[in-house]
Amino acid sequence: MNVLGIETSCDETAAAVVDDGLVRSNIISSQHVHSKYGGVVPELASRAHMRLIVEVVEEALVQAGTSKQELDGIAVTQGPGLVGALLVGLNFGKAMAYGLKIPFIGVNHMEGHLYSNFLSEEKPSYPFLSLIVSGGHTMLVHVTSNSRHRMLGQTRDDAAGEAFDKVAKMLGLGYPGGPIIDKLAINGDPEVITFPRSYLEEGTFDFSFSGIKTSVLYYLKRQGILDSEMNKTSIDGQHLANICAGFQLAVVDVLVAKTMAAAAKTQVKDVTLAGGVSANSLLRNRMREEAEKHQYRLFYPRLEYCMDNAAMIAYVGWMKLREGMKSDFELHAVANLSLQSHPG
Amino acid sequence: MRSFVTRCRQETIDLGKWFAASLKQGDVVAICGNLGSGKTQFAKGVCEGLGVRAHVTSPTFTFVNEFVAPVGDVVHIDLYRVGSAAELVELGIEEYFNQRTICLIEWAEKILNRLPQLYHLVKISHGTDEEERKIEIQQVQEAPA
Repeated sequence: MNVLGIETSCDETAAAVVDDGLVRSNIISSQHVHSKYGGVVPELASRAHMRLIVEVVEEALVQAGTSKQELDGIAVTQGPGLVGALLVGLNFGKAMAYGLKIPFIGVNHMEGHLYSNFLSEEKPSYPFLSLIVSGGHTMLVHVTSNSRHRMLGQTRDDAAGEAFDKVAKMLGLGYPGGPIIDKLAINGDPEVITFPRSYLEEGTFDFSFSGIKTSVLYYLKRQGILDSEMNKTSIDGQHLANICAGFQLAVVDVLVAKTMAAAAKTQVKDVTLAGGVSANSLLRNRMREEAEKHQYRLFYPRLEYCMDNAAMIAYVGWMKLREGMKSDFELHAVANLSLQSHPG
Repeated sequence: MRSFVTRCRQETIDLGKWFAASLKQGDVVAICGNLGSGKTQFAKGVCEGLGVRAHVTSPTFTFVNEFVAPVGDVVHIDLYRVGSAAELVELGIEEYFNQRTICLIEWAEKILNRLPQLYHLVKISHGTDEEERKIEIQQVQEAPA
């Protein structure tokens, strides 16, 4: 079964072909237009998606060596994301499926991330625990079988990746903040400047990352690195590296501790990481150490499957289409579509 | 103008909850303040006060979160990532300024001149210690253009 996946929830225009669960092509076109604004600008995102989508879809078909007529279904991200951006992919996918007279299915972007570890040869086994961590999301999900999952906790304020982006912006480092902080932190000592870890109340699997952002802000003000107008003054390179390292460790410590606690509680054997922040080298290393200590098998996606991509959307679409599920053409894009729980 | 001082995150949420009681359909609330000042916490409190049952988190990524509450539609907008006012026109943000919807707008300082003539202005600033916040609430009536 040949499924075309389309993903336009944020700033990547992506298309992929998955054939019986195997990735045949995975095209991602990033919108560099955003870097100078320090974030995703919604209207720019929609326009860039419109400009890019035809060629991205065509490239995905060419690389997969398949024609439109050989497709058996089309899967498109329905949400969560920027509505204007989602609509571009959703309407494109609907029109294409309607024209080809093949089924169309809307896919939850977060469910895509849950299955991003199934795109590689070595796959996790059910039940497993997944930490999805990105610029827009931070959640722990217990997955018991195909499309059966239960959300254990999520952020109550900012996503972990958002904290990286905002701290990077305070430090004048550019966007996206994660990779830049990761790189600078390598030369820093995380013990020199320590920031508070927010574990919230005992037993919860929820997260909170807005407090650490504020702590970094106060630190920068106390040190005179930010003036009263929030403008950055000068900063010594080693000091900058130490701030990045201290901040990064504070975020990673919480992510690792909560994931391990949730894995113990759900008694899984496999733990997966997903989402853009799962590319962070400290997170991978610390999680690997802890997983080994507690004898969990740890999976994280290849880099191109950490970031937003359409292969994971096509994969989930394929799982559902082969079970006879499909969406009707009335399906709406939903900005804050939740990952509905399907316990079992 | 009314001025308040909150001493922790929960007090900021509680103030939002209290303020929600004065809101009705069609109201626009402009929430201004620096990074980390507690705008999302205040908005969370307002949503809670309005009876929104969903999980209210920072809309920085999704830009707009829409909720349904007993009092009508509630939208929580975050303009942090928006570059200029011109982009907002094309975004259609003004469509949310209608009689059915209560609009909460973070980083509203970017679009004060595009708000309806009558709106609530909430200014949050950092206090003397890390936890303290000064919060000013007032109703603004702009002269017709």
